[in-house]
Amino acid sequence: MKYMLLIYGDETGYDKSTKADIEKVMTAYGAYGEAMRKAGVFVGADRLKPTSTASTVRLADGKTKIQDGPYAETKEQLGGYYMIDVPDLDQAIIWAARCPAAAHGRIEVRPIWEM
Amino acid sequence: MRKDDEQARATAEAVARQSYGKLVAFLAARTRDVAAAEDALADAFASALAHWPRSGVPDAPEAWLLTAARRKLADASRRRRTASNAEGHVRLIAEELNAVRDETPIADERLRLMFACAHPAIDAAMRAPLILQTILGLDAETIGSAFLVSPAAMGQRLVRAKSRIKEAGIPFRMPDAADLPERLDAVLEAIYAAFAEGWTDPAGTEARRRDLAEEAIWLGRLAASLLPDEPEAKGLLALMLYAEARRRARRTADGDYVPLAEQDPASWNADLIEEAETLLSRASRAGVSGRYQLEAAVQSAHVVRRVTGRADWEAIAALYGALQAMTGSPVVAINRAVALAESEGAEEGLALLDEAAADARLADYQPYWAARADLLARLGDAKAADTAYERAIGLESDPAVRRFLQQRRDALR
Repeated sequence: MKYMLLIYGDETGYDKSTKADIEKVMTAYGAYGEAMRKAGVFVGADRLKPTSTASTVRLADGKTKIQDGPYAETKEQLGGYYMIDVPDLDQAIIWAARCPAAAHGRIEVRPIWEM
Repeated sequence: MRKDDEQARATAEAVARQSYGKLVAFLAARTRDVAAAEDALADAFASALAHWPRSGVPDAPEAWLLTAARRKLADASRRRRTASNAEGHVRLIAEELNAVRDETPIADERLRLMFACAHPAIDAAMRAPLILQTILGLDAETIGSAFLVSPAAMGQRLVRAKSRIKEAGIPFRMPDAADLPERLDAVLEAIYAAFAEGWTDPAGTEARRRDLAEEAIWLGRLAASLLPDEPEAKGLLALMLYAEARRRARRTADGDYVPLAEQDPASWNADLIEEAETLLSRASRAGVSGRYQLEAAVQSAHVVRRVTGRADWEAIAALYGALQAMTGSPVVAINRAVALAESEGAEEGLALLDEAAADARLADYQPYWAARADLLARLGDAKAADTAYERAIGLESDPAVRRFLQQRRDALR
C-alpha cells in the first residue's frame, strides 16, 4: 500500500536555527531518504517553502478568491511529505517514526486512495 | 427435558461461535476486509444458531458453515448483474471461500484478528466492542446495550472501525517481539474492559451485561490457549475467574451489598477458584510478573480465607505496593492503604490515604471516601468519619452500596 507521510512542524524554528543546525538536519534527511531508497519503499518526497509563500484559492460565485497565507493558521504547518510503498500500516508507522521531524514535529500517516 | 434443551442450545451456540470466529478471522486475514468476511458468513451463522440446537451440531461445523456461506454467495452473485463497488470484495471473499478445502482444518487466525482489532490505530474504546463482534459474532445491539451506547451509534462506530482496518492498512499479524508486550496489553485490556462492563451488574438483573462477563472469560480462555507462553494472558484469565467466583456473593438474597471482607467463603465458586489458582501458579513459573498476575495474586490472597479464615493482608499490601510502583494508579494506592490498615493498623492506612489524596481525581472517587470513613471510624474520629461517609454516599450510584454506606454511617451516631 502507498502511504503519504505528511510532516507537520513549527516553521519559526527554522529561522532561529544556526547554519550548523540546518546542515545537521539536512544530513539527517539525506540519510533518511537514502534508507528508504535502499529498502525499496521510496516513491517520492518534497519539501515545501514556508506558509508565508502560500496562497489559498477557492471559487465563490464563479470568481476566484485568493487568500494570502495557508488554509489554516496553526502553529504547526505542513512542511513536506514522503510517499512510500509498504505492505501495511505498521511498516508505514515505523518509517514515520524514523523521520528526523518526528522528534520535534508530527507525522501524519495517510493511505493513498488507489484509483 | 427443558434442561436438556438448554444444554443443546448452549453447546450448539458455543460451537457455532467458535467456528464462526475462526472463519471470520481466516477470511479477514486474507482479504483484510472484516466487514466483507462477516457479511459472507452472517446468514450461515444465523442459520447455524437456528438449526444446530434442534438438529445437533454437525461433525464438521466449519465445513457446514462454509458450504452454507458459499451457497449464499452464489445466490447473491447470480442476482447481481451490474458491477458495483461491492463487486470487488465479494469476488475476493468468494475466491477465498472456494479456495478453502473442506477436509483440512482451517488455520486459526483469531489471535491475529484480535491484534488487528486492538491495534494502536484503533480508538481504545472501540477495541473491546470490535473483538466481541468479530470473534464472537455478537450483534451491535447486544454490544451497545452492554456498553450503554445506543445500538445505532454502536453499529456505526463498529462499521467505521472495520473500514479503518481495511482502508488504513492495519495488518493481521503477530506483532514483532519488541512490540508484543505493549500490543498484547491492548488485547488483554480490551478483554478485561468487556469483563468489567459485565461485572458492573452485581444484582445480575441485566442479563446482557452478565453474559458479557462470560463472553470475556471465553475470550480470555482463547487468548491464554493461543498464547501459551504469555504469563499475562493466564494472569488475566485467572483474575477474571477469581472475580467470577465471587459474583453471587456480592449480594444477599434480599439484594443487599456484601463487602468482600464479609462474604461467606462457602458462597464462592470453588471450581472457578481452583482453576484460577492453577493458572496463576503456572503463570508465575515464567518468572515475569505483570499487572494482571499481580491483581490475580491479590485475589488469591483474599480467597486464602477459605482455608485459613483470614485474608493474607501482608501479602495483599505488598502486592498493591508492587502494582502501585508499576502503574502509579491512585486507585491502587487506596487499595494498598486499606490492606495496610489491616496488616499494620488503621493509623498507617490513614497516613497512606492522606498521601494518595494529593491526586485531585480522588475527590470524586467513592472508594476513597468510603475507605477514609471506615479508617476514621476505627480510630474513633466519629465526626470526621461521618463527613467522609456523607461524601461517599453522595458519590455512589448503586443503591445497594449506598444503603450499606448509610447503615455504616448510622451505626456511628
